[in-house]
Amino acid sequence: MQKICIVFDRLRTEEKLLQKNAEELGYETSMVDAKITSFDTDSKPENFEFGDVVLERCVSYYRGLHFTACLEFMDIPVINRFDVANTCGNKMITSMLLKKNNIPTPKTYFSFSAETALDNFEKVGYPLVIKPIIGSWGRSVMPVKDKDTAEAVIENRQVTDGPQDRIYYLQEMIDRPPRDIRVITVGDQAISAMYRKSSGGFKTNIALGADPELCEITKEMEDLCEKTSKAVGGGILGIDLMEDKEKGLVVHEVNNTVEFKGLVKVSKKNIPKEMIDYAIHNIK
Amino acid sequence: MNCPECDANMNIPEDAAVGEIVSCGDCGADYEISKKEGSNIELKEAETVGEDWGE
Repeated sequence: MQKICIVFDRLRTEEKLLQKNAEELGYETSMVDAKITSFDTDSKPENFEFGDVVLERCVSYYRGLHFTACLEFMDIPVINRFDVANTCGNKMITSMLLKKNNIPTPKTYFSFSAETALDNFEKVGYPLVIKPIIGSWGRSVMPVKDKDTAEAVIENRQVTDGPQDRIYYLQEMIDRPPRDIRVITVGDQAISAMYRKSSGGFKTNIALGADPELCEITKEMEDLCEKTSKAVGGGILGIDLMEDKEKGLVVHEVNNTVEFKGLVKVSKKNIPKEMIDYAIHNIK
Repeated sequence: MNCPECDANMNIPEDAAVGEIVSCGDCGADYEISKKEGSNIELKEAETVGEDWGE
């Protein structure tokens, strides 16, 4: 019988559901806290309790990414793979990959200094949405509607001056209903989807209080999500779609460590079970 | 057990597991369960939300 390991840094409902479902399916399951685990260049799989396959579920992106690198260094299968996590964790890389694979995605502008970012705002025109290239839960995602706001946002970036702050990611504002669609894909297949409705503001993140509502998966969504999943390297993903009033569905984000505690309550499919099944059947 | 911050009584669910976050109902402080052996529970201060946290 295969052994499955769930790596976490904060034990949330999702990780507990994965553990419960793995155990109910009869798999030996270990839970490993990334915060208290160390490796070295001589580390071997037999020194750890990682079993045959690992589901990397850290809430900290960088911690999960580098932990995944350590697992792959020891040739331990991990979902998602390092390359997938690296791509999906960076909005700029994701946008380019989507476009390169002919997946409809909002037009996005990249610049690498405050001056050229301001030039971009002026050249393209308002409104535009500015996003940090790495980050989640809608943090620092802002609609910029005029020059004064653009200057204020950029000035703030210069004050905080983190390494990512020097990369400016500006995206066209999509004319859409006040909601987006989150689709969970497992092995390139869309298994469940929900509408995330804005609770009054611009953002639709569940973490910020958006209301989840079950969304029927159409053939168009299924095909688009399959193509998107393949483009970023597959695995278990949360694909975010917007309904552009002219262009139809556009993919604007792909999430690497998808949260599902809201969707699991209304989903027709058992999401954690699908994830465990996929992990077990993808042990190489 | 009592909250290390404000000493209020904390109700920790019996099925709470190591790695889980529990909050004090009185002062709102968050703790991570670092050890659990039967009713013997140890807490440590929970990490604050980082810039790279999320999905």
